[in-house]
Amino acid sequence: MSGKARNLALLAAIWATLVLAPFWMPLVGGYTALGARVLVLALAAMSVNFLLGFTGVLSFGHAAYFGLGAYGAGFALKFLAKSTPLSLVCGMLLGGLAGALLGSLIVRRRGVYFAMVTIAFGQVLYYVAFQWSSLTGGDDGLRGFSRQPLDFGFASIDILSNETAFYFFVLACFALAVAVMGYILQSPFGRTMIAIRENERRARFLGIAIERHIWIAFSLSCFFMGFAGALYALVNNFADPRGLHYSQSGDFVIMAVMGGMRNFWGPLLGAAVFVALQDYLSSLTVNWMSFVGLLFVLVVLFFPRGLLGFARPKASA
Amino acid sequence: MTQLLLFNITNGLIIGAFYVLMALGLSLILNLSNVINFAHGGFLVIGGYIAYTLTPYVGFWGALLIAPVLTALIGLLVERVLIRPLYGRDPLYGLLLTFGLAFMIEDGTRAIWGAQGKPVTIPAVLARPLTPELFFITGYRLFMVVAAIAVVALLFAILRYTRLGVRIRAGTLDLETVSAMGVNIHALRSLNFAAGVYLAGLSGVLAAGQLGLEPTMGTGLLMPSFVAIIVGGVGSLTGTLIGGLLIGLASGVTAVFLPAASEAVIYVLMALILLLRPRGLLGEEGMMT
Repeated sequence: MSGKARNLALLAAIWATLVLAPFWMPLVGGYTALGARVLVLALAAMSVNFLLGFTGVLSFGHAAYFGLGAYGAGFALKFLAKSTPLSLVCGMLLGGLAGALLGSLIVRRRGVYFAMVTIAFGQVLYYVAFQWSSLTGGDDGLRGFSRQPLDFGFASIDILSNETAFYFFVLACFALAVAVMGYILQSPFGRTMIAIRENERRARFLGIAIERHIWIAFSLSCFFMGFAGALYALVNNFADPRGLHYSQSGDFVIMAVMGGMRNFWGPLLGAAVFVALQDYLSSLTVNWMSFVGLLFVLVVLFFPRGLLGFARPKASA
Repeated sequence: MTQLLLFNITNGLIIGAFYVLMALGLSLILNLSNVINFAHGGFLVIGGYIAYTLTPYVGFWGALLIAPVLTALIGLLVERVLIRPLYGRDPLYGLLLTFGLAFMIEDGTRAIWGAQGKPVTIPAVLARPLTPELFFITGYRLFMVVAAIAVVALLFAILRYTRLGVRIRAGTLDLETVSAMGVNIHALRSLNFAAGVYLAGLSGVLAAGQLGLEPTMGTGLLMPSFVAIIVGGVGSLTGTLIGGLLIGLASGVTAVFLPAASEAVIYVLMALILLLRPRGLLGEEGMMT
């Protein structure tokens, strides 16, 4: 019972911090746009963690579906209709369907090999986005679209120029995605994912179709990733190939690991720390890449279980 | 047309030779340390820049001998200090650590040697084309291929005929048993890691003579090396060798007919292999699955 009470208190604290962010962030030197960025990247890191922390499968190419989500949203706003909700749906579908399709090839491998194959397929999508410049704008990125006011018929909310309103829009989307993610993890399917993580062989002996479950988990996480990418396109009013690159995937994985990958909220904390550090370091020195690299090394050597790492250690490989 | 095709096949084979050198090093490290060495491209760059720094003093040939050895020593240090604590842990950590290391190496080389590309002077003997008709085969390109073949042959001879090689091959299959037989697997892994990094350093020196040097050049060669390993099959060095040549050749030939796709074709090849033969061309069933 006390555990339940503590969980509720933690949830309340997290949501209070997020809802009040526009008010406390300026006090510590942040700005609202940074808050929206943290939420979007946190959602992406949580999607990676959906697979890594709860199924035990490492994808190092997930940025590809994030970047596709961004392009999906951009294309929808530019060529289909000037509607923000439609762009989110399109981004999610583009990222998710690509993930589901490639995932069927990828799930044939496991372990280090799985990670390598995900990187390689991620790079394919990166090259496509980079080379197909007539559609994607190539290296310059996709421009010429912007998020649209939310129209409810009786009222409309301007999320383009009003930064605070946009932050709350992103927060609402984040909440929706996180609620769905949490619901899936609580469901029998989510429990099965954890069973596969804990002991794949035993799960197989119990008659669980491992490959199909990992494929579904992979695809679901790609849909979340596409959704996060679409939000990211709305944050920047821009989409570019670098969003698909494997170094972006690395950032997501380190956010998850730094926060604590066995904890549902770990990636949120990891993303907040990562974005704040990156923002601060890049204003400080041109060699910020070295420091980000050093962060990777230090996290791996000294905080392998992350900041919220009170979970049990992972079984040795 | 024939000449164009020949030109691109030669090109493909030369690129393939690079992929092979890189991928064999990666493969060695992956087999014994279970680490995907993301910093492998970084070691290539280090090798190249060391050669660039040494060339004025010891000449190209001296640099070719010394630079890869120095790179291997740096690799030895990295393995000892950073990689060794990760053995026995989830492969995720090795991947993340070397990923961060790759950032640091790229940024570090930029800080030391500058972001501008640097040329490496090659001996005049090697700079000439062989014959006017085959203008695209310079002595240097031929030399690169010969050097790559010699090193690969030496590596396979070591693996086949020496005690060290037998232990490395045995360790790939079952490191625990090798350890139980009284072999110091810490030393074995260190040596093996250094050997892998040596190959990266050597590729760096060879590539520097052909392409010049840039801090980012390692990353471009890393991805195809991954693909070479996947196509060839994890756990098989012969597979990696074939995989590297195959994707080099494929991208060379594609460059004739559809230049824009020359980069994409290697990934198409990989997808086909995964679809038809998931374990790779020569991969053992059950290895790393």
